[in-house]
Amino acid sequence: MNPVLRLLIEGGHLTTTQMAQVAGLSEAEVNRHLEQLKQEKVFLGWRPVLDLSREDAAAVRAVIEVKITPERGGGFNRLADRLSRFPEVESCYLMSGAYDLLIFVTGPSLQKVAGFVSEKLSTLEGVLSTSTHFMLRSYKEGGYLIDVPPETSGRLKVAP
Amino acid sequence: MKRYIARHVVDLPKSGIRDFFEIVAKMEDVISLGIGEPDFDTPWHIREAAIYALEKGKTHYTSNLGLLELRRAISRYVEQHYAVAYRPEDEIIVTVGVSEAIDLALRALLNPGDAVLYHEPCYVSYHPSVTLAHGVALPVATRAEDGFALNAEDLARAWRPGCKILMMNLPCNPTGGTCDRARLEKIARFAVEKDLIVLSDEIYSELVYDQAHTSIAVFPGMRERTIFLHGFSKAFAMTGFRIGYACGPAELVEAMMKVHQYSMLCAPILSQEAAIEALLRGEDAMKAMREQYHRRRDLVVRRLNAAGLACHRPGGAFYAFPNVGATGLSERDFAYGLLAAEKVAVVPGTAFGPGGAGFVRASYATGYESLIEACDRIDRYVQGLAKR
Repeated sequence: MNPVLRLLIEGGHLTTTQMAQVAGLSEAEVNRHLEQLKQEKVFLGWRPVLDLSREDAAAVRAVIEVKITPERGGGFNRLADRLSRFPEVESCYLMSGAYDLLIFVTGPSLQKVAGFVSEKLSTLEGVLSTSTHFMLRSYKEGGYLIDVPPETSGRLKVAP
Repeated sequence: MKRYIARHVVDLPKSGIRDFFEIVAKMEDVISLGIGEPDFDTPWHIREAAIYALEKGKTHYTSNLGLLELRRAISRYVEQHYAVAYRPEDEIIVTVGVSEAIDLALRALLNPGDAVLYHEPCYVSYHPSVTLAHGVALPVATRAEDGFALNAEDLARAWRPGCKILMMNLPCNPTGGTCDRARLEKIARFAVEKDLIVLSDEIYSELVYDQAHTSIAVFPGMRERTIFLHGFSKAFAMTGFRIGYACGPAELVEAMMKVHQYSMLCAPILSQEAAIEALLRGEDAMKAMREQYHRRRDLVVRRLNAAGLACHRPGGAFYAFPNVGATGLSERDFAYGLLAAEKVAVVPGTAFGPGGAGFVRASYATGYESLIEACDRIDRYVQGLAKR
């Protein structure tokens, strides 16, 4: 496996300089690996991990289950692609089970998100039904625990 | 009060790591490469199993040998990974860490004056454990040019009549030294020839990076003279659970059990429950940790050598053991100087026996970022010394 991809999957937060040291590569090589992963569309980009349920983040998030009509030739893809282009949509997945698409939406207020659902999403041709769930609180975000006291290492400073 | 204290305890030297610990403990913002335990917390599913056991009221004594379910799991694990089969009913005993298992074995086997061969530099408790069991400790030096592997020829030179036990720790704390099959086979032949019991402390055996680990118990004539010692502290990051085990011939395990039943009774039940979970479902987490140690080893060894500190590539455990001789400083002056100048703690090699003179132990059981920062500081310190 690409050594840089391996480090990215591990989910650390190393700079490219640090990645170079850990993987035993030069920084230029790390950047070349990153560039290649980008071209292969494995590595899509960097993003901060934020707790958007905080008041000061002023963001409302919802998960929407969407049932759609698959089309001959394209299946679910054309509609999923069209939905994904809305900037409100953070992530969009095709699911097995009771509905077809699961969409994560973020907006500045409840009204804005509700407006997106009623005006944009549900009016699209091919969308049969939507079921919207607003998120109330985060406990874990992108691998980070929220609202737990900072962990202090209980390790002795020197041990045999 | 000293007159009340047993003579062999009075004469026991204080652990060489202790003074150093006192100094480091008082300092702020130290990056410590002086810690002989994993930086990872115990994987959550193992901790959760311990919580569940507590909720279910698992708060009682267990059999002296340990929970049969755990011994069965150990038997399967050891057979699968080390290719030696032990009966759960009478050939396995669960102990409070490998430390207790070593103590039990030595106390069960040694008559006063019996000698114990062991390689050195070695874990801090080896020599004192032998002394406390009224044995005579016979260290055998291992060398950096061999990657701190143990050689049968060196053992043969150190051997003398009255030697009863050979104690080994491969991979080794503090050197990270391992032994290839060929060397081990020679050691096995030596043990058979001299009729030695081998205490094989294989606590780091999951953490090997270059070649598969081989237990000395697999060689002809060895199963019946080997006490295989292992535990959960390193591979499953469970140091604080204090849980280990010994496998060996039933009669020897029975003798160890006698000492154990009168001193410890049994290992803590919650730790035993957690250990079952570790063996049944802990392998993925263990492999993920090993992969990180592997990369950290490569990083640290490369950086130490680049800084001018000659460092062999340790085959296992999570320690680099560089020679600081090129700086012109003793291991002690180097460690204290590095601590004062750059706030990086490494342990002077002599804490692990006189054979550690000229070396320091740098544990890489620390996250990448701290490790890189520590290497930068060591590099700066060494370059600074060169300019003086």
